[in-house]
Order: sequence, then C-alpha cells, then structure tokens
Amino acid sequence: MPISASELLTLTREGLYCPLGRFHVDPTWPVERALITHGHADHARAGHGEVLATPETLRIMAVRYGEDFCRSRQEARLGEVMRIGDVTVRFAPAGHVLGSAQIAIERDGKRIVVSGDYKRAPDPTCLPFEVIPCDVFITEATFGLPVFVHPDTRGEVRKLLDSVALFPERAHIVGAYALGKAQRVMALLREEGWDRPIHLHGAMEKLTELYKREGIPLGDTPKVVAAERKDLTGAIVICPPSSIQDLWARKFPDPVTAFASGWMRVRARARQKGVELPMVISDHSDWPDLCRTIRDTGAEEVWVTHGQEDALVHWCGTQGIKARPLHLLGYGDDGEAEPDPAAKPEMEEASS
Amino acid sequence: MNDFAHLLDRLAYEPRRNAKLRLLQDFFASTPDPERGYALAAMTGNLSFREAKPAMIRGLVEERVDPVLFDLSRNYVGDLAETVALIWPSPAMDPGPRKSSNEKSSTGRNTGAAGASRVDSGSSRLASPGTTVEGREAGLGHNNPPPDVPTLSDVVETLATTGKKDLPRHLAGWLDALDETGRWALLKLVTGNLRVGVSARLAKTAVGALGGQEADAVEEVWHGLEPPYETLFAWVEGRGERPETLNPAPFRPPMLSHPIEEEADLDKLDPDAFSAEWKWDGIRVQLAGGLDRDGRQVAKIYSRTGEDITGAFPDLAEAITFQGAIDGELLILREGRVQSFNVLQQRLNRKAVTPRLLDEFPAHVRAYDLLATDGEDQRALPFSERRGALETLVRKLDHARIDLSPIVPFATWQDLAAARADPASADAGEDADAIEGVMLKRLDSVYQPGRPKGPWWKWKREPFIVDAVMMYAQRGHGKRSSFYSDYTFGCWREGAAGADELVPVGKAYHGFTDAELQKLDRYVRNHTTKRFGPVREVAYGREAGLVLEIAFEGVQRSTRHKSGVAMRFPRVSRIRWDKPPAEADRVEALERILERGEREIAPGASMESDG
Repeated sequence: MPISASELLTLTREGLYCPLGRFHVDPTWPVERALITHGHADHARAGHGEVLATPETLRIMAVRYGEDFCRSRQEARLGEVMRIGDVTVRFAPAGHVLGSAQIAIERDGKRIVVSGDYKRAPDPTCLPFEVIPCDVFITEATFGLPVFVHPDTRGEVRKLLDSVALFPERAHIVGAYALGKAQRVMALLREEGWDRPIHLHGAMEKLTELYKREGIPLGDTPKVVAAERKDLTGAIVICPPSSIQDLWARKFPDPVTAFASGWMRVRARARQKGVELPMVISDHSDWPDLCRTIRDTGAEEVWVTHGQEDALVHWCGTQGIKARPLHLLGYGDDGEAEPDPAAKPEMEEASS
Repeated sequence: MNDFAHLLDRLAYEPRRNAKLRLLQDFFASTPDPERGYALAAMTGNLSFREAKPAMIRGLVEERVDPVLFDLSRNYVGDLAETVALIWPSPAMDPGPRKSSNEKSSTGRNTGAAGASRVDSGSSRLASPGTTVEGREAGLGHNNPPPDVPTLSDVVETLATTGKKDLPRHLAGWLDALDETGRWALLKLVTGNLRVGVSARLAKTAVGALGGQEADAVEEVWHGLEPPYETLFAWVEGRGERPETLNPAPFRPPMLSHPIEEEADLDKLDPDAFSAEWKWDGIRVQLAGGLDRDGRQVAKIYSRTGEDITGAFPDLAEAITFQGAIDGELLILREGRVQSFNVLQQRLNRKAVTPRLLDEFPAHVRAYDLLATDGEDQRALPFSERRGALETLVRKLDHARIDLSPIVPFATWQDLAAARADPASADAGEDADAIEGVMLKRLDSVYQPGRPKGPWWKWKREPFIVDAVMMYAQRGHGKRSSFYSDYTFGCWREGAAGADELVPVGKAYHGFTDAELQKLDRYVRNHTTKRFGPVREVAYGREAGLVLEIAFEGVQRSTRHKSGVAMRFPRVSRIRWDKPPAEADRVEALERILERGEREIAPGASMESDG
C-alpha cells in the first residue's frame, strides 16, 4: 500500500516535520533534530539538538552563531543516500548560495523534495541546481509573479561599472545580503574585469573570508576603515542593505546608492528604498524558472511556500498540476530571504 | 528607443540635478539626429500624437497573458505601464545555442524568451569565476539589434500618421521588439504619462552645454523650432547658423532679481540709481504678440519658464493686439481690485476654461517691463527708457486687462522701508494685501536673461511667523538622502473630546544650516515613536516635543491637511530648543491670517470650501 505525502511530511508549529524520520526541515524554533537546506538565518537557526546539513552550511552556521550553535552536527554529502528512521534522505545542490541544498525524502517509492530557496541562473559562487524527479515538490515563491524575470547578471554588473566610469569622483555603495549575494556580486565584478579592491562593510567580512577559504577567489576585499571613507572616490563598497541609507554611508564622497536584489525589478520598490542604481540580481528563481522547475521535476503535486503563493498555485492549476499554498511562518522576515520591502504601512499625511 | 528608454530609466532614479545634467549631456552627445531631437521633444512635452488608452493596452496584454496572473501582477506592481512592460512575453526565439556577445549593454536584459532559452545545468561542478559557466551564453543581446527594434523616430513618426485602428498592431510589434525598459518608456510615451524627473529647462541646459551655450540662448531660439531640432543641434555644435526664429511671438527668457536679505544690504546701494515698484503676489508672465507671414496677429502668453499658457487665458490673449512683448504679473482683478493669490490659484487649478470661470476669475496683467515693441527688441535699452516706452504702449492699448505697475516714489531707503512696511500708506490703497514687498531696478539696467547680480533686487515684506511642534520627519534626497530633513509640524487646536491636540499644518525642509540639520537629525532618531517606511513619527504633545519657528508667506485653504489650512513657502526660521511645546501657536492664528486675506482683499467673495 503506497504511503501518502502527508504521512511523509506534515506541518507543525516549528515548520515541516517528517514523523517517520523524526526530524524537522528548516525549523523556525529549536527542535531535537533538524535538517537544514542553507545558511540564511530564517532557515538556519541556532539552538537545535542535532543538525544535518552540507559541510559548507555547517561552517556558515558556525561562523554566524559560534561553534556551539547546536549540540551535535553531521555532514550531509551531496548525492549520498542516508537512512534516518524509516525514511531515506538525500541532499542535492539548490544553486541558491554556497552550500545550499534541496532535501529529498523518500519511502516506498514515494519522494518529496523540499527545495528550500533555489535558483537556476548561473552563479560562480555555488553549485548549480539539480533537478530531482519527485512526486511532491515543495517550492518557494519569493518572486512568484510573471513580472519577475531576472535579467542576465552581467548586464546588471555593467550598469554599476558604467556608473563608476561616469561618476569617477563618487563612491558607489552597493547594498547586498551578507551571505551569498555579496560574494556573488564580488565574483561577478571580477568576471567583468574589475580588478581594483572591493571595499567591505564590517558586517560582510567574516562570511567573505569563509567564501575565500572555500576556494572561491574574490580578490582584494579590504574592510572599510571609518576614517578613510572620505577618501574612497571611485570606489565600490559593499554593505548590508540596511546600511545604504544609514549614517555610515554618508561619509563617503557623494555616494551613489545601489542595491543588488530581485526586488529592484519593480521601480516603486527601488524608489521606496531610495536606491539610485537598482541592480536586478537575485539568488531566487524568477517566474519562468519556477514554472520550468515544477515541470522538470514531473511532480504531480506542488506545495508552495513563502512569497507570492497565489499566482503560482493558479498557474499549476492551469497546467493540471495539483497545488496548494503552505503557509509557513517565519521565512523571509529577516532581510536575507528578500522580504518584500512594500509590506510597510504608509503614512499619508506625513509623507504627502 | 532602447537608448532613450535607458536614459529615462537612469534619470528617474537620479535625484541630483548635476548628475541628471551629465546623463543628458552624455546622451545628446552620443546619440545621432533625429533620434536625440525626438528625445528632446519628448522630454520638453513637444510631441503630439494620438494617445493610446489604457483599456487598449490591457486588451493587448490579455491576448498574451493569463488575466488572473496579470491582475495579481498589476496589483503588486501598482502601475499599468510598468506591469505590462515587465510581463510582456518576448516572442519565442530560436532555442538553439547562440553566439556570445560583447555588446556593451546597459540593459543586460535577456532578449530571449525568458527562461526558456536558458540551459539547464544538471552537472555539479563548482564553477570558478572567470570560467564560462553553462548557460551564460544564452540569452544575451545580439551584436546588432534585430531589424525590427524601433527607434524613437520610428515610433514618433508612425504615431503621427497612424489611425486608431492600426495603433494596436504597431504597438504590439514594438512591444515585441523592445526590452523591458524600452517597453516601459514606450508605454509611458504613448499614454501621455512621460514624467521623467527632468524639467524642460534642464533638457535645454544640457543641449546648450554641447557647445558652450547657455540655456537662455537656447530658449531664445526655441519657440521657432520644431522636432527633431536638427538646426538647433547643428548650431550648438558649431556646424550651422543660429536658427532664425520663425515664431512671430517668441518667448524671451526673463530677467530675475536677487533678494535683499537685510536692510543693511541697502547701504551699499545708491537710492538715486534705482526705481522701485510693488512686488505683486501673482505669477510672472510674458505677453507676446506679432504678425505671421499672412499678416495675421499671433498672441502668446508664456509662463516664466517659457511654457505656452495661452490656451488657459483666452480673456487675456484678446488684449494682445500689439507687436512686441510685455513682462508682467498675472493677477485676478475684481472691480479694479487685486485678489489674493488664493483666488488666482482657484483659476490656475481648473482644467476646463469655461465662460463662468472667465467671468468669476478675470485675468489681468500688471505690466512692468517692455522687451520688444513694434517688432523692435528693447532689451539693450536702459530700464528708464523701456519704462517710458511701456507707459506709452499701455496708454495706447487702453485695455482693461492690461495696466501699469505703478512706480513707488522714494528719496531715501528709509522712505522705501516705510512703504514696504505699510504699502497702503504709500498709495497702494486697497491692493496692499496683494503686495509681497518691493522690487528695485537700476534705472540704467539693460534686460539680461537670468539672474545677474546687481541690477535688480527684491525686498520682500517680513514673513509671517508661528511656533509649531515637529510631528513627523522624512529622509531627504540627494546630499541629504540619509538625513531626516523634511519636517511635518503641527499647531494646537481643540480636539473632538474637548482636549487640545496637535494637527499638522505644513512641512518644511530648509531654513537651517548643515550643522543644525545634524542636530535635528539626531533629535529625530533619538525621539522616534513610530516608523512608516521613510517617515518617522517623533514624540509630540504638551510635555514632549520640539518647537520649530516657521516663517511663511501666506496661508491657503487645504483639503489635504487635517487642519484645513496650508502655508505658502514655509521654512524653519529658528529651532526653539528652549520652548515648551505646550506654548506653541494654535491653528486659529493661521485661520486669522487666512480670513484677513479673504475678507480684506475680496469682501463678499464666496470661497469654494467654506468651513
């Protein structure tokens, strides 16, 4: 008798739970045993008992939370089939950030893939996404509207370099999430021939060092020294998104504010953040890739998590694929998973 | 079209004037005719064609995209043109491998069918930077754009000749060929919503700068020119003659004045060298008349920026029976009395010019200078001679719509200070409340476009002052982009429950020094109670709050502010760190200023929004 999907994976307060293996996937609360898809803080939290993740993700968590971020940890090697309780589990690359993985959970020929966050576009800083055929595919929907089509990243990086050429007396301050996006932007800049230093905000430093130790060449990335900010004419500086409008950014010479994010595709979102140079670079799948991936997996059923669930569920319906939204709480709310900056109340009178 | 679109895209994000200017210059210098000329026409609002209706665009997109997905997207993006630009499916491209491109692309957008042409990478090798990654070749632009990518010239020329029936077909073809930014700009253009964050003046400044010409020199020839302005570009680039202005009633850029900041500034000036007039609280206009080739009278009314506003003032245009140009102030006069700016604004705000509007808000010009008469340029003559000729012309016209701005006699600066303090006592009579100070013009001054220092001065009357309490602060733009530099402030009034409450009465973002701004910014950050995107609410009330002394020029009724009143030109004149917020002024103080203007200037005139 074949097993049903809900016996394999259910939704609990802590997040997705596999009762037959007695583990959670990316739980948002501390649990006894957690499988982690990738190191972004909304997926990888500290305080679990046992953690199973790729070696890169474990090292990212150790850098972010300290060596004692869990009681015991175990490395998951990509492609290796592991038995946990009454199920088998396999990690496969997700193409999102360094170390990111999808997790396939299987029993009696029934396979569910938890994809975490993923993208199909090329990224010099991580392994490319691997299609795993499955019965149930759990997909993110951060950019789950057909208006989101991410352009080629080279053109976006060229926009930055063109602006540096046009305004050589100004500093260019690029907001980018500290894990993944920042390093990808650095690598892309190197690919486009930028061989001068890329200056880093202090918050970028540890994770960038980690990327370098993992064998990803990013060139000279000095940390910005507070007193020297005013001298950084013509420099490219990478900082967390919250810093581009901050006191910190003021001391640079006539700064141009850039922001590397998939949200930058929508003008109003860029304007709300006061961005002058939007760079549409995302570590998430755009709409065509979400659709393509669902089709590629051959899944009969799709569960849609964080983001614009409605449109993707509707699209699945038009394709004859069973789909439902999975209202997972806690994802995408701390900056790194690219929360929608529009989700803020407007103050009519004061901003009129 | 794509290049123009990318210029618009950059301009839309760029808050700094000088940076905008640089982007424009860069574009004009590197773009050939006639493309740049049509771009200039688009940015200065000089293109006319049949506009596309939103419903038609919606129809086009719904033939291609699931309407449910389109609606969800439209709701999310919030703008029809942008949603369509983003969601428009590129026509299917050859899915086979394509050669990589070195094209210098500022767009970077995938010209291929989105996603469909990307190579699926199933392998799992960690790619290192610099190596070719699978899928990277796919989807970049071609070395040469496909032949059907329209230029802006194609679009403009086609729109000018296309009938309503064929418009959808052309539009769909262009949308297929353009990239996302190109589609966005095209849709904004064809729907008549091309607001680019660039004034016509700035665009002309950039054109002039191609060959070291001032914007005013461009303005001089502007009104005789037609898109795509090839003769203009040839002239500024030194390849051709200065274009002859064919417009019989051209705009002439106005001469502006510098402010007298304090009375002591006058000590350096010789009273005998100057003539004084009232400074009227209206809008500055130029009345221009001339004969066209067939000998017919052409009448034009221009705003001070050179915008042709003749259509809005047919009652005034009738009075332009002369061949020349008068510089003056547009005012509403009722029974010979100048009405407040409030009343003028009610006319300015109306779109439709109805007989009733003309009757209730009769437009007049109070003339103060003569730039040309009988087809002769007068601007090189000294002011005293121009004034004489102006008096002769106005007397000869003898038209109820045009009168002279009277000369204010004075012998010493003390005399003038007294007149400024109390215009009624100096013969301004019942018009005194429509006066916002005095103008000083050197008798020997020639009429120079722009703001030369020395010949003309404005000495405004003392501003009104109230003490208000800071309520909200918003981040500024450009250099002040990270500072909380725009302050919404409020005054006290009795609330619904009988208790006093603060209600916003205005917003100010200048009047303080950089050092004061730093202090204000720190104050905002340390006293924030709520955040709304770029806006912060600060603590305010009887006990807590910062009092700002606000200087302003007048009060208007406002439906936008809860208090029902709005200030004109408010600025922070002092920061009252010392003053308890409970002692700030009440809304009634503003209402009194408003009522005084309405009662004394326009007795019996019924205002639109009483109460």
